[in-house]
Amino acid sequence: MIELDRVRKLYGEIVAVNDLSLTVRAGELVVLLGESGCGKTTTLKLINRLIEPTSGSVSIAGRSTTDVPGHQLRRGIGYCFQETGLFPHMSVGKNVAVTLDLLGWGDADQERRVAEMLRLVGLEPETFAGRQPSELSGGQRQRVGIARALAASPDILLMDEPFGALDPLTRHQLQRSFQKLRGSLELTAVFVTHDMVEALLLGDRIAVMDRGQLVQLGTPHQLLAEPATDYVVRLMETPRRQAEQVDALIAGSSTS
Amino acid sequence: MSEQLALLPGYLTAHLQLTLVALGLGAALSIPTGVALTRWQRLEPAVLGVASVIQTIPSLALLAVMVPTLAAASALTARVFGIELRSIGYLPAVIGLTLYSVLPMLRNTVTGIAGVEPAVKEAARAVGMTDRQQLLRVELPLALPVIIAGIRTATVWVVGIATLSTPVGAPSLGNYIFTGLQTRNFTAVLTGCVASALLALVLDGIVRAYETGVRARSRPSLAVASVLLVSIAAYTAASFAFDRADSERRSLAIGAKTFTEQYILSEILGLQITRETGLPTRTVQSLGSTVAFDALTSGELDLYVDYSGTIWATIMQRTALPKNRDLVVEQVAKYLEANHGVLLAARLGFENTYALGMRGEQAQELGLRSISDLASHAPGLEIAGDYEFFGRPEWKAVRDTYELRFRKRREMDSALMYQAVKQKEVDVISAFSTDGRIAAFNLQLLEDDRKVIPPYDAIVLIRAATAREQPDVLRALSALDGSIDEREMQRLNLSVDRAGKTPREVAAEFVDR
Repeated sequence: MIELDRVRKLYGEIVAVNDLSLTVRAGELVVLLGESGCGKTTTLKLINRLIEPTSGSVSIAGRSTTDVPGHQLRRGIGYCFQETGLFPHMSVGKNVAVTLDLLGWGDADQERRVAEMLRLVGLEPETFAGRQPSELSGGQRQRVGIARALAASPDILLMDEPFGALDPLTRHQLQRSFQKLRGSLELTAVFVTHDMVEALLLGDRIAVMDRGQLVQLGTPHQLLAEPATDYVVRLMETPRRQAEQVDALIAGSSTS
Repeated sequence: MSEQLALLPGYLTAHLQLTLVALGLGAALSIPTGVALTRWQRLEPAVLGVASVIQTIPSLALLAVMVPTLAAASALTARVFGIELRSIGYLPAVIGLTLYSVLPMLRNTVTGIAGVEPAVKEAARAVGMTDRQQLLRVELPLALPVIIAGIRTATVWVVGIATLSTPVGAPSLGNYIFTGLQTRNFTAVLTGCVASALLALVLDGIVRAYETGVRARSRPSLAVASVLLVSIAAYTAASFAFDRADSERRSLAIGAKTFTEQYILSEILGLQITRETGLPTRTVQSLGSTVAFDALTSGELDLYVDYSGTIWATIMQRTALPKNRDLVVEQVAKYLEANHGVLLAARLGFENTYALGMRGEQAQELGLRSISDLASHAPGLEIAGDYEFFGRPEWKAVRDTYELRFRKRREMDSALMYQAVKQKEVDVISAFSTDGRIAAFNLQLLEDDRKVIPPYDAIVLIRAATAREQPDVLRALSALDGSIDEREMQRLNLSVDRAGKTPREVAAEFVDR
């Protein structure tokens, strides 16, 4: 369980996150949804202390995140993001094992775990463990990023638009495998995206953010049924409008 | 050629001692500093600025400025810690070279680390690395190719610039070049150039092997580079130990300034001492004029030949002149013994005075015999002097007494002046009266009719301490008293400058007569 309590982050005069309180229940996936610059990525990084809050507190399973040094906290939290940040000078296997290595696992254990994780994300360990990140496609890199984030069996997974840079087909494929993966693991996850469809597909609950503030928190159904503000209304309309446009196109081409 | 090659092991070893230590110190200084700058970025412009300024100092000047700097530092450390620093020789050269090597390595360390992608740095933190782990496991490995490129640049620079350490008293492959230029021995110049270029290529090749080894993660390449580097480093380290053993056997150090006559005389002194006393000697060549005297008083040289007028004007700073040549020698001897612990071991018998010289036919055409005659023609003429001449008190005295105003004045290497006047590049030169080329090129020396230029008796100066420890040396040297007259010195100089013999050959012929 993750609890953000009146968390505030200022950059000089600019308020990036404004008195945000949010509880993510154990085993739940909460999507932080909003436009670029709304503070969703900052909020995510406040959880694993990649960014320190100006005021307010964050606790995980009832303990303040400041009880342990930042690096130690982060070893227990999976994190993956859009650029993947794979280490270009390490093989795929070494990338996946990096947190295990920091935690002091032995070589044989690491190797076993790497194989397990690569298989979990749909990559054949014999083929991929020895490759360099530069030899992979974008989708494969993203799979490795997820394998790395999950290698140390964290209770919490933080994802910052992990599928944002992928082509639509690959994105859809990865979203589906991620959903399957979540079903098999007991994960509490926070997922940042600006993609409405992705949010509706993956989120148990969705937290809509606008200009640093939490606008509405609810299940996809609640958001669609009872949008709290005009902003949420407009946001929720986007996928529907797009679908209508696509329908119209299809109808138009069939009549011509 | 074979004689030049015989000198190669010594010069090459000395060159390696300078370059490897300077590069090692430079890397130890600049790479951690570069890493620190990426952590405290506010300091970056200031520190890189200082390193860049050092780089803009001409390399010869940087090495030269180390001599007085170290002398001043030495006075301080002697007072505070009781330790004297050697301001001439290896130390100033290696410090200068170290400073020179800093910029490329520092800049590339900063650039290399700054060039690591932000996403990768964020990932390093996100997977739970501490700052230290992030630096050692991610940033440094990724910056390594850029850092190594900086080391390569520094290597090539330092190997090249180390050839300029000869004038501050540190032998190197530059001795070939400096001595060769002075004695018009182009085989020597070429040997020095080729040897230092090859050394640069070899060292660069080793570092490059590291670079490709790192990039391609190729173990064989890294292994070969390591074996080569370790052997060269081990050889260099061993040579330091060997040098130490050598200096404990205490060979006498004989100095020579940067012109032919000095090379010949230093060899004559060495051969004479070895023949009469059996003591080993070594020559330290191509020292700047005042560097030689400082080296003698600080004990880095045991003896060398200087000229009475030079000591009179530049060390004693006297302007008034006794008319008598003997009187100057006498007073110089008294002064040096009383103030610097230096004895006059022998007066060789000739004078090598500064004299203004012209082409014979031009002097005749203009009807010039003395410097007084020159004054009215000077505004239409061009004068050339060696690097020191125009800065020396003698020139100021000549200029002011005779009211000389030349159209233009040029500074050039003393080895080239004679050729320049012969080929009508210039009209008047500050000739050395013992230079054989005066007669050979049919030059005429103008009489110093108002007696402004002091006498320049060639005198052998020796440290009093050395003379006390080795009284035989003093005896051997006094045998040289009055043994070389002006004509003889001109002949010896000419054998090197025109006939292409080496100073050592000429010296051997003289001593064996």
